[in-house]
Amino acid sequence: MAAWRQLPGRARAAPGLLTSTRLTQLPRDRRAPLTCRRSLCTSGSSPNDYFKDLQAQLAGMKKKAADVLPGSSWTSLEINTDLPPKRADIVIVGGGVVGWSIAYWLKQKERVRGGVQVIVVERDPTYTQASTVLSVGGIRQQFSLLENIHLSLASADFMRNINDHLGVLNEEPVDLQFNHSGYLFLANEKVAHIMEENYNTQRLAGAKVSLLSPTQVKEKFPWINTEGVALASYGLENEGWFDPWTLLNAFKRKAISMGVTQFCGEVTGFKTLTNIMTTIDDEKVGVQRIKSVKVQMPNSLQYQLVDCAVVVNAAGAFSGKLAEMLGIGLGPKDSFSGIPVPVEPRKRYVYVVHCPDGPGLDTPLLIDYSGVYFRREGLGGNYITGMSPEEVEEPDTNDLEVDHQFFQDKVWPKLANRVPAFEKLKVSSAWAGFYDYNTFDQNGIIGMHPLINNMYFATGFSGHGLQHSPAVGRAVAELILDGNFKTLDLSNFGFKRIVEQEPMLERNIV
Amino acid sequence: MSASMVVLHRCCQRSALLVARRQWMSSSASRPPLVSRLLLFLTQRFYDVEMLVSWKHHFKRNQLQKTNAYYGYTEKFYGTDIAAAYYILKLGGGVRFVGQSEWFHADRRGKFSWDFLKFKNTPLEEVDMSQTLINYTGLRNLETQKQLRTLRLRGCPEIDDWFLARLHVFQDSLEELDISDCPRITTGGLAALRNLKRLKLLYVSSLPRVSCPGLVIILLEEMLPQCQIIAEGYDHSVRQAEGERMES
Repeated sequence: MAAWRQLPGRARAAPGLLTSTRLTQLPRDRRAPLTCRRSLCTSGSSPNDYFKDLQAQLAGMKKKAADVLPGSSWTSLEINTDLPPKRADIVIVGGGVVGWSIAYWLKQKERVRGGVQVIVVERDPTYTQASTVLSVGGIRQQFSLLENIHLSLASADFMRNINDHLGVLNEEPVDLQFNHSGYLFLANEKVAHIMEENYNTQRLAGAKVSLLSPTQVKEKFPWINTEGVALASYGLENEGWFDPWTLLNAFKRKAISMGVTQFCGEVTGFKTLTNIMTTIDDEKVGVQRIKSVKVQMPNSLQYQLVDCAVVVNAAGAFSGKLAEMLGIGLGPKDSFSGIPVPVEPRKRYVYVVHCPDGPGLDTPLLIDYSGVYFRREGLGGNYITGMSPEEVEEPDTNDLEVDHQFFQDKVWPKLANRVPAFEKLKVSSAWAGFYDYNTFDQNGIIGMHPLINNMYFATGFSGHGLQHSPAVGRAVAELILDGNFKTLDLSNFGFKRIVEQEPMLERNIV
Repeated sequence: MSASMVVLHRCCQRSALLVARRQWMSSSASRPPLVSRLLLFLTQRFYDVEMLVSWKHHFKRNQLQKTNAYYGYTEKFYGTDIAAAYYILKLGGGVRFVGQSEWFHADRRGKFSWDFLKFKNTPLEEVDMSQTLINYTGLRNLETQKQLRTLRLRGCPEIDDWFLARLHVFQDSLEELDISDCPRITTGGLAALRNLKRLKLLYVSSLPRVSCPGLVIILLEEMLPQCQIIAEGYDHSVRQAEGERMES
């Protein structure tokens, strides 16, 4: 009833309002001729009235629709405000620990504040599939290649002074939760000579490693079954494990505080300029230059083209796919463009086991010659273990499901053979993560691709990306800003070895 | 009367722990002092203040590096032993040479007698670096001491886990180690003491950053079976403390 009464009242008031405005406009016209034209234009003409009505009707419809769907603020015309900028100097694809380390070092090395504009594009800001946070988090110097040992030493030095590097004013200091427990490698008769050679290389590079005989191992770690062990090498310093998530966030926090911006999105394409060049053998080669990167926003069709000078491929396990978007590896065989970036994801399982009678505080990260490894996790009798499967039985990499049978069949027998206390254990949890596996020689690829002259690669570390990330970030930043390596010469890790098919293999005992 | 004294004593202990912890943990109950809160307020609003504060940090760090520099020049002229002793005395520590009974100690104002120059080519046996600013880089000056038996590092603010991991250089000689009251040592660093196989006495009292100290001490005893471990200043009675808090 009340509504009925109100309606005629409003209807009566409406013409009154109209007339009154007209009346008031008239005297104004006389006083201020400038405004008269405007008011005449807006009032009186019938088409404008029609549009006004339409507008009011549309607003009413919109309100009705909003009432029907309470609680939804969705509109079809909303613009995504998290779009990356249209221009940036350097785009880093992949916001894992390597990507953020590069971003930090680029900012650290810039001459003027704000000299380079760096953006980091990460597909999944929750890092559900990132190799960084699903890793075991170990750092060691026991490699056979000098480059790898130097990378580890430099990274350990960085981690020791982490608060000088990554401390932010008025923020909490970084606590890596580093466990200085060392690595213990066990070798059998067959591979003992390799271990000895590696030991000499490591000592030469300045790593603090010691060789132990089986009796010394038994004396130091009475819980190890030394049957079949001919030699062991044991890291005394700068070896152990730490919390990967803390390192990633420390890099991220510092880089953001220095002016790096991060964007959530997926790189789905590139705009390139191709120059056709001729080699000495009269082979026509197209050398590309990336003009802009296409960043697709998550859960929408919206995308942004980011014009940039340099692209860094730090996409980890998926960097091979990223290079494929530029046609790398798709060309005819026996040509330059036919050589793919040899990086692919490989799935690795990590099992958390509970064993109250297991070894204590001095447990190192033990790596047996059979391939099985384990380390302590916390103080409550929990251990982390796993091993790399054989080449022929590599698991499917579409998801991160854990194969528990693999532990029962492969890992446990070897583990219990090496440490008899592990005969009684309970698997309390497990997870799987990706390796950015370099199928060519299981070592990092650092440098520019010969066919794309502004894309830098920092990928393919095959499991040691996390521990080498601080030093690799510095090396890539040097490569971009200085043009060549300044502190550590990593030119052997470039693409040259892949083009020339000369692998740089680690002489591992496993 | 005595009971109230005990409670008072406990309160003091707890507050001391909180003070030590404050710079590391944001979740401490008490607020930071007025000066630091004011500084925080100013740094958040003025770039100049921020710059000044960061300069102060830089200056402090440079000072620390300078005090812990490698005494290569002294080593060249007087040998490694005198260089090590000079470094220790310069930092305000004390030193005793092998076969000697007298200690050389720096006094409160940092002055020390130069008689230690007599003991050229005599290695050090006991070193007391308590309450000094020794850190990882400074340890390089002591690395040549292969007969060092006692190392006292009580209350050193710059000693961290990396320092403890580096102590393996004394693994063949060190028998007594005191790392009590060092605010930066955590469990991860204590695990590195496994290399000191000749250790007979280890003081690990009042380490504020070691979580669950009771368990850690048991594990340490397991790891170093021949070593006596002295750990005081921990409140092991967690449940009792909770009860007290509930009552108050």
